[in-house]
Amino acid sequence: MSMMLMIHPDKCTGCHNCELGCSMEHGSDFRPKASRIHVYTWEREGFSVPMMCQQCNDAPCTTVCMPKALTRNRATGQVDLDAAKCMGCKMCVQACPFGNASWDALTSSILKCDTCNGDPACVRICPSQALAWVEDTVSAQVRKRAFATKLKNAFLEA
Amino acid sequence: MHGWIGKLLRVDLTSGKIAVEALDPALARQYIGARGLGTKLMYDEVDPRVDPLSPENKIMFVSGPLTGTFAPAAGRYNVVTKGPLTGTIAASNSGGNWGPELKFAGYDLVIVEGKAASPVYLWIQDDKVEIRDARHLWGQQVPETTEALYAETAADAKVACIGPAGENLSMIAAIMNDMHRAAGRTGVGAVMGSKNLKAIVVRGTGAVTVADKAAFVDAVSRISKMLKNSPGTGYSLRIYGTDANINPMNAVGGLPTANFQESHFPTADKVSGETLAATLLQRTKSCFSCVISCGRVTKVTNPKYKSEGEGPEYETAWCFGPDCAVDDLDAVTKANYLCNEMGLDTISMGSTVACAMEMFQRGIITLKDTEGLRLEFGNAEAMVEAVRLTGLGQGFGKKLQLGSWRLASLYGHPELSMTAKKQEMAAYEPRAAQGIGLEYATSNRGGCHVRGFTVGVEVLSRGATMDKNATEGKAALLVGVQNGTAALDATGACLLSSGGMGPAQYAELMTTATGVPYDVAGYLKTGERIWNLERLWNLKAGLTAADDTLPPRMLNEPIPNGPSKGAVNRLQEMLPEYYSLRGWGPDGVPTPEKLSELALNA
Repeated sequence: MSMMLMIHPDKCTGCHNCELGCSMEHGSDFRPKASRIHVYTWEREGFSVPMMCQQCNDAPCTTVCMPKALTRNRATGQVDLDAAKCMGCKMCVQACPFGNASWDALTSSILKCDTCNGDPACVRICPSQALAWVEDTVSAQVRKRAFATKLKNAFLEA
Repeated sequence: MHGWIGKLLRVDLTSGKIAVEALDPALARQYIGARGLGTKLMYDEVDPRVDPLSPENKIMFVSGPLTGTFAPAAGRYNVVTKGPLTGTIAASNSGGNWGPELKFAGYDLVIVEGKAASPVYLWIQDDKVEIRDARHLWGQQVPETTEALYAETAADAKVACIGPAGENLSMIAAIMNDMHRAAGRTGVGAVMGSKNLKAIVVRGTGAVTVADKAAFVDAVSRISKMLKNSPGTGYSLRIYGTDANINPMNAVGGLPTANFQESHFPTADKVSGETLAATLLQRTKSCFSCVISCGRVTKVTNPKYKSEGEGPEYETAWCFGPDCAVDDLDAVTKANYLCNEMGLDTISMGSTVACAMEMFQRGIITLKDTEGLRLEFGNAEAMVEAVRLTGLGQGFGKKLQLGSWRLASLYGHPELSMTAKKQEMAAYEPRAAQGIGLEYATSNRGGCHVRGFTVGVEVLSRGATMDKNATEGKAALLVGVQNGTAALDATGACLLSSGGMGPAQYAELMTTATGVPYDVAGYLKTGERIWNLERLWNLKAGLTAADDTLPPRMLNEPIPNGPSKGAVNRLQEMLPEYYSLRGWGPDGVPTPEKLSELALNA
């Protein structure tokens, strides 16, 4: 079993601390635009959704990466980026259906979640438990259990 | 520079000239940022006797050195200008995401001068800055304006704008950013309106750096835990919001009711944070870098007031609730939404409606004056309609938009306006807690609870160690809190964070972020310098010691009933001591010695 980053938008309050933690972890400054995680907020509804690389099993970015800078790591279950091999063609940016790979013009590099080598800074800093670093096979069980609780209550009240 | 960006943007709307200037590091060090730096620049650049709504007034949007970092709850900016409501220096701060975005675009602050010939907005994209036509947005409410600007600039841009109230030069108009967050007090929205400036839209791709990364990250990690472990910042504010104050304030007879005629509202719990959490609350929302999350995303399903948005906070729930003798949370929340949509300060709006209700009660105004609006205490529908009319500047709203002091004066009864320096006091009865009365009387922006919030020590916190009814020690308490708050505001931090951290923590964050060594004494001295500079500005603007007072009701009319029955505010027992502790003469003017001590004797 390997680990994955689970998103709970229902708990996200839109504070952007994850972006700040990520940019500080990967650089030495606070630069949310160059974060590997981004939070989108719909102001009218007051709802926020964090987005980052899903480490796809059959990842379109690895398929289009000519120099094989992006590769599937069977051991960790992640898509690794070897920046030394990257030629900056940005095909991964084109290929990712979620928009989770991006190109930073300032540093001439691809930005993609590397899970901080298995200890994600965004998870550490999130004050609302909207991000969780969990075993992949049981990743959704928190949510399943929450709904199971409703079902339990419905039966108990009936 | 670290913490600070080191650049400011100056925009002259009269000539259309846009300039980027370097921020003087010595000035930054001495005044920190936000409220402090803005006040210093206003002091140096603008004649305090200027008409606040003339092109000669300037309006500055100033971030702090911690803004844009992950220092907890430090994502704020201050609007600094001459406030039309009060005629004082105005520093009105707001959270959301706008302030940090300005820094990511590469500026500590924006100074707007002059007046555009027709409505415009400012579009700041890193180093690309344009003044754009806003005629198509004039008249639009805040949500529509904000969404239209996202569409014509960038989806991830941040918008600070005015609604119809600011355009109509309402004395109680706010500036709204990120749709729901307000730089509310002193009428700053009207200054934008007077300049024909509908909005400032900003998008930045740059960075904020800190001087000592390892030390800063370590400090933030420890301080965030302090906030998490404190009952207010770690629990109550997230679960119940600031509206958790309703019941404890009511329990001690400190909840102003029916325009401060009473101080206890029997059905207050119907508008409390607990009731809000159990009914209208959908989820909580945070400003940038906040770990507290007091924001209330709410929804009203009652067909009469059906709508959704953010709020209410405590002061808002109070002013549309108990202060208008209304206990209908749906109506209170709807009034809050209308203020956000129209760009109105909720506290001044609610208290102005309450003042009008008392004039209606006493027959000073009639249905003829109100154009049919039945402004009786407890009439929730009339209260909501009054807010709508004020926002649009229609009907009796044309008079309500002046704020309560000018409204009551129009009818010959300024004593019925619950204001200090013409600004409406907040939700803490100054007869029931002596210190907050001294704060309202001496606050540099008029009736306001967040320049020196003594109520924590007097009533609310677990460590409420001082007798709320005593005057002894309140002057010293207030001077300390005012100085600390001035410094805190200057950093870009949110006042609510002080519920779980103190000057030592802010000083540590400032030192590690900027590389400028701030110890606690130096940090607090900076706060004192800011306070005195604001005072100097106000004195030059024509205010005197005679303005350091409260409405006569607070001083002469004992609270008629409830737990604080019989109390009045004994301001005269505290004010001379306050002046003395401040190093001011009996005339309320800082002595040359004090000014020299603070390096203000220029």
